Formats: sequence, structure tokens, C-alpha cells
Amino acid sequence: MILSEIRVLLSCDVFAGEEYLDRQVLYGCASDLMSDVLAFSRSGALLLTGLVNVQTIQTAHIAEVDAVVLVRGKKPDQSIIAVAREKHVPLLGTPYSMYEAAGILYRAGIPSTLQCAPKVENAHRV
Amino acid sequence: MARSFSESFEIRGRDFLEAGNVSTGIKRMLKELGVSKEIVRRVAIATYEAEMNVVMYAREATVTVELTPHFIKIVVDDRGPGIPDVELAMQEGYSTATPEMREMGFGAGMGLPNIKRNADKFNIGSVVGKGTRLDIVVNIN
Repeated sequence: MILSEIRVLLSCDVFAGEEYLDRQVLYGCASDLMSDVLAFSRSGALLLTGLVNVQTIQTAHIAEVDAVVLVRGKKPDQSIIAVAREKHVPLLGTPYSMYEAAGILYRAGIPSTLQCAPKVENAHRV
Repeated sequence: MARSFSESFEIRGRDFLEAGNVSTGIKRMLKELGVSKEIVRRVAIATYEAEMNVVMYAREATVTVELTPHFIKIVVDDRGPGIPDVELAMQEGYSTATPEMREMGFGAGMGLPNIKRNADKFNIGSVVGKGTRLDIVVNIN
């Protein structure tokens, strides 16, 4: 799925990276802990986060996360938008909570960067 | 890619605004030198975690990057408080971070384990009251 489709699904504002909305999003992850993002994200992932600071963008850039979506209507200040533009990290914002946004993307077929489901016979299937 | 070189950078402790710039610079440099995307990502993540540790805990540090045809070696040598119990600090989840550090999204006790996870060889040495040195090697082939 490309980023512009996700923009519609999550009713996003685009704060930076309008020119990258044709990027393919292969995986999703959701965290406010940047060390978790560094440990468990993958190239081609989209990050849902409630953490709004410069380190969010630095982390996305270092981990080659393809886009950051701020949840629950959070707005970045100009310094964060400037870093996102400089690092070519698309920065979007959704009114949905992290749980809702993750659910919408998962239902739309975007898999997690980390498959943690237990491998049991009758595990719940989605 | 057969080039070899070495370069050093300085990190200032407590400088949260600049935090991440050294790792970003190293990432860009390795990309320009033609190192593969996956190797660059591992080096960048390990270096960034180390840089955040310096910013959060130490006064300053020197980062040296050595590139050879076979591996990339990053040495992060800081002047700071040192780590009293290295074995404990290597455990996922163990942290002595302040609320300010946690507000930045760090300090969850994942930094050193993350560095080790991304390295092919990892060594840590620390002297309380003097500082900590990390040797991180990522193989290219």
C-alpha cells in the first residue's frame, strides 16, 4: 500500500514529505519507545507514535522507517517539521488513537514488523 | 568497494538538540562510500544508541569509524561516570535513566543490548569515574 492511501485511511494531515506520498509501506509498527523502534522496525516500515520530538525523526531516519504518523491529533512544532524535511522523512498526523490507527492498518493488510503471535494449533486467525 | 579509511567525531554530553547528528553523518558517509543498505542500517542503529548513551550519561566522547574492505569498526570512547556493573547494564530493561531521558523516548534499558544485537563483535570496558569504551564491529562480507 502506498502512503497516499494510508493518508486517506487514517484521515491524515501531512506536515512534511508531501513529495514522498508514493512510497510503498511494507510493514507497520507502533511505539513511543525509540529504542524499541530501533530494535524491532524494518526498512519500509511505517511508525505510529505519540512521541513528538526531534528524536522521533532522528530515529526514523536512522532505522530507515519510511514514514512517521503522529497519533491522537498531536501536532509537531516547526523545528520538528524542519528536521523531517531535512531528513526526507514523511511526517503525517492522524486524529485516531494509536490502537485505532494500528487496527485500521492491520485490517487493511499491512503486517507488523515483528510477528509475535504464538504458534499454537488453534490460534486466533485474522 | 575496496576503500579503507578512518575518521573521528566528537559528541557533547547533555546536548539533546544535536543528539543523533554524529550517527546521521556516519550513516551518510558510509552510504556515499557504497556500503550496502543493510550494513549501513546496522552500523547507524548501533552508533545512534551509543550516541544517545553519551548524550544522556557522559560529558563527551570521541567516536572513531574505521572502514576496511572486510568490516566497519566503531569505537565510542567517553569521558563520564562509567558503569559500575556492566553485566547488569547489558540486561534488557535495566536502566538508570531520568524522566527527562525517558521523555526523549530513550532510557528503557534497550540501548546496550540493541548495540550488541547489531554488531558481529562487541566489547565494552568501563572504569567508574573515568568513562566507558565500546568497540563495535560489523562485518561487510
